[in-house]
Amino acid sequence: MTDWPILSTVTFLPTVGALLLLLIRGDDAAARRNVYWISLWTTIVTFLVSILIWVDFDNSSAGFQFVERSEWLGGKISYSMGVDGISMLFVILTTFLMPACIVASKYSVKFRFKEYMIAFLVLETLMIGVFCAMDLFLFYVFFEAGLIPMFLIIGVWGGQRRVYAAFKFFLYTLLGSVLMLLAIMAMYWQAGTTDIPTLLDHQFPASMQTWLWLAFFASFAVKMPMWPVHTWLPDAHVEAPTAGSVILAGVLLKMGGYGFLRFSLPMFPIASADFAPMIYTLSVIAIIYTSLVALVQTDMKKLIAYSSVAHMGYVTMGIFTMNAQGVEGAIFQMLSHGIVSGALFLCVGVIYDRMHTREIAAYGGLVNRMPFYATAFLVFTMANVGLPGTSGFVGEFMVLIGVFRANTWVAAFATSGVILSASYGLWLYRKVIMGALDKANLKSMFDLSRREIAILVPLVVLTIFFGVYPTPVFNVTGQAVDKLITNYQAALSAAGKLALAAQ
Amino acid sequence: MMDLATFPSLMPFLPELTLAVGALVLLMIGAFGGERTTSLVTTLAVLLVLVAGLVLVFKAEDGVTFNGAFVLDPFARFMKLLALAGSGFAIIMSTNYTKREKIARFEYPVLILLATLGMMLMISANDLIALYLGLELQSLALYVVAASNRDSVRSTEAGLKYFVLGALSSGMLLYGISLIYGFTGHTQFQGVATALSAGPVSVGVVFGLVFVIAGLAFKVSAVPFHMWTPDVYEGAPTSVTAFFAAAPKAAAMALFVRVLVGALGPATADWQQVITFIAIASMILGAFAAIGQRNIKRLMAYSSIGHMGFALVGLAAGTEAGVQGVLIYMAIYVAMTLGAFAVILFMRRQGTMVEDTSDLAGLSRTHPVVAFIFAMILFSLAGIPPLAGFFAKFYVFLAAIEANLYVLSVIGVLSSVVGAFYYLRLVKIMYFDEPAGAFEPMSGELRVVLGLSGLFVILFVFIAGPLGTAASVAAKTFF
Repeated sequence: MTDWPILSTVTFLPTVGALLLLLIRGDDAAARRNVYWISLWTTIVTFLVSILIWVDFDNSSAGFQFVERSEWLGGKISYSMGVDGISMLFVILTTFLMPACIVASKYSVKFRFKEYMIAFLVLETLMIGVFCAMDLFLFYVFFEAGLIPMFLIIGVWGGQRRVYAAFKFFLYTLLGSVLMLLAIMAMYWQAGTTDIPTLLDHQFPASMQTWLWLAFFASFAVKMPMWPVHTWLPDAHVEAPTAGSVILAGVLLKMGGYGFLRFSLPMFPIASADFAPMIYTLSVIAIIYTSLVALVQTDMKKLIAYSSVAHMGYVTMGIFTMNAQGVEGAIFQMLSHGIVSGALFLCVGVIYDRMHTREIAAYGGLVNRMPFYATAFLVFTMANVGLPGTSGFVGEFMVLIGVFRANTWVAAFATSGVILSASYGLWLYRKVIMGALDKANLKSMFDLSRREIAILVPLVVLTIFFGVYPTPVFNVTGQAVDKLITNYQAALSAAGKLALAAQ
Repeated sequence: MMDLATFPSLMPFLPELTLAVGALVLLMIGAFGGERTTSLVTTLAVLLVLVAGLVLVFKAEDGVTFNGAFVLDPFARFMKLLALAGSGFAIIMSTNYTKREKIARFEYPVLILLATLGMMLMISANDLIALYLGLELQSLALYVVAASNRDSVRSTEAGLKYFVLGALSSGMLLYGISLIYGFTGHTQFQGVATALSAGPVSVGVVFGLVFVIAGLAFKVSAVPFHMWTPDVYEGAPTSVTAFFAAAPKAAAMALFVRVLVGALGPATADWQQVITFIAIASMILGAFAAIGQRNIKRLMAYSSIGHMGFALVGLAAGTEAGVQGVLIYMAIYVAMTLGAFAVILFMRRQGTMVEDTSDLAGLSRTHPVVAFIFAMILFSLAGIPPLAGFFAKFYVFLAAIEANLYVLSVIGVLSSVVGAFYYLRLVKIMYFDEPAGAFEPMSGELRVVLGLSGLFVILFVFIAGPLGTAASVAAKTFF
């Protein structure tokens, strides 16, 4: 069992599914059905196999597990995979969300169904690869390659302004990433390898750290996205098909946070400490400003997109507090947000499929016709707001504790974001679900179909389960975060001593 | 007076000899057999290229011959294989096109063979005179093929323009050569290198190397000597453009590397800034000027200008890693370019070739496989992983970072983002726009070339290791 390359299996299973899809010919209903079932089973099997990773995962170890390594580019750059407490749960999150995306696309994607599914399965491979890669170069390859399928998903199956949104998404992300690529090269020459465990132990000179940190920041800040480089996100979300939005909010945004945790903090501790105030500032601006922007949106998806930016503000803030609560809270917040925002986009997709509009003003009083839908939407809205008992609360609360320990003022500003998120969340809920059902075309709406229930119920269960009992997640992340923080503080104190010696 | 004992060894020269003799034989077949032998000559030409390649791999021996004017080393082998592959595929791709356009003549493959012979001599040149001879042999053949559609005004204009500007650049090159000879007293590369490392580089040599660089920059179509490229690419018959874009670029880049690193290596500090400037200018111009292009051949011209800029980034580093980067870059560039031109040669609707980018609209629905491969080639040209073009850029910038050329690197990657825009626009036209009608079915030889190019681009991750090793061996030649 230990020799079995489980990470590569999980990573490349979806690609195998995509290759199977290539064998299917025709565009009739039968072919469509085959495409659908192959894709669904591929993602389900991938999910089940990925569960094995969690089962076999050793919570007491802080290092990389399930390590695989083989030669690739002349010895110094190798194909190596491994997960630790920080990355493992993101793999599960990805594989968990994918079946929901496939099911949600069953009827909403009207044309070129096979190509759509192929794009999604390839995208899944690339996303899992990002979290499993244990070589910086390999990480970059997966990280960037994901742009291609996502570009096509937004551009081919997107809404009205899909071309604009697809270009903006692609070019913004690429612009940030190429600078990171240069930093990776500089690290390669400095440390002689791109192997992540080796780089984690390598001490980069302080002056170099600043530049490297900035280059990585350029990439991850765009991906996160942090204010002021977040503007691609609302466009991409609004134009992307439902499943595209789910993946974008659920997984792609997490790559930025993961990148900060995996690279910026442990590899450039001195620069991270120097830049932490900047991150705090940007995060607080993101939380308050984008929450205010969310308040005035008329498009449901745009509102959720802005709320995502605000929630990612908590994540960046939590990461750079560099204490256990902040970092673990940030990881938890990312996982929770992956589930909750993904679910919210699915909820929007449910009514979009019926009414073909995302205008908030076009809805109202849905609770009268759709009680199940109203319930599910309520749970996710509350989780998004951060109500105790939902997973959203745990992450936000821990981050705020962490921030409070690091900087009281930042905590004070950030907490106002909780109130703002309640305002736009509840406002959205009231406008769409509550009130009188007085719009004629809404009166014929059906409640959730069995298919939609099957998608949303697991998400509801997880949202509440992790809200009440978050321990399984913390068990996984605990050791790795401890090690991260210990190393960080050791590096800082070493640098501090050097600075003293120089005086 | 030549003694039999000092007769130069022909072993390193075998592939060129094969090609030269073969080309002359084919010329005779064509001359005596007339126009009806065209397809026979074309087939034989492809075979001849193949044989020359096999001779190069299995028969030819490394070494210096002709009194030091000609050298065969791992570097030359790598680039010659590339040039041969580029020429061979270009002849293959031209077969159906020239027939349909009624410009099929037996001289065409023979001229390409002679141009290829010139390229191989350039790549192996170890002496400034030999360099010039190889370059002229190649260029003269290219001038003629550019004008090979003699009834077309655009084609003849392209040929004439190429000739006039080419002659100018040859003149500059020759002037630079004479200056270098005058100030170092040598024409052989080793002699020049030894003379340069003896003391500080004199101003005369710097002038000389600037002129030499200007001449060579013209051949690789680097800014500011790029003006001929869009016109020639657009005017020449598409099959000729496909040839121009691949093999000659590789050969000229090889020559660039050999002259600068091999002969002028001790003066690296002097030419590094010149190459850095040329690289930056080419990358930026290639990225921005292509945005406005609607003709796909012109677009590819600007794209190739940009790509030469990226390849020159590796040269600017002037290190072993840099040379390795250039080699990998050119190999990948040739593969991508041939694939892209296979698609351009396929753009034929109702019997006439179309060249507008908007003619590709909806290709993903009318020809899904072609569209997919072309999209992958375009993403690769833009440098997106995991496709081949990403590795090409990776290796050259890796070298630039090692050589502390940070400004060059940052400008380079940023212009690659700008360049990504117009490649993406082609993808957008193929995938997001409504179909503009199907093209005629793709002919067999184009399918083969496009398929091979697509496989290379998509599956490059698996051969990146071996190719990197081969390039690294070749790069060690100079260090």
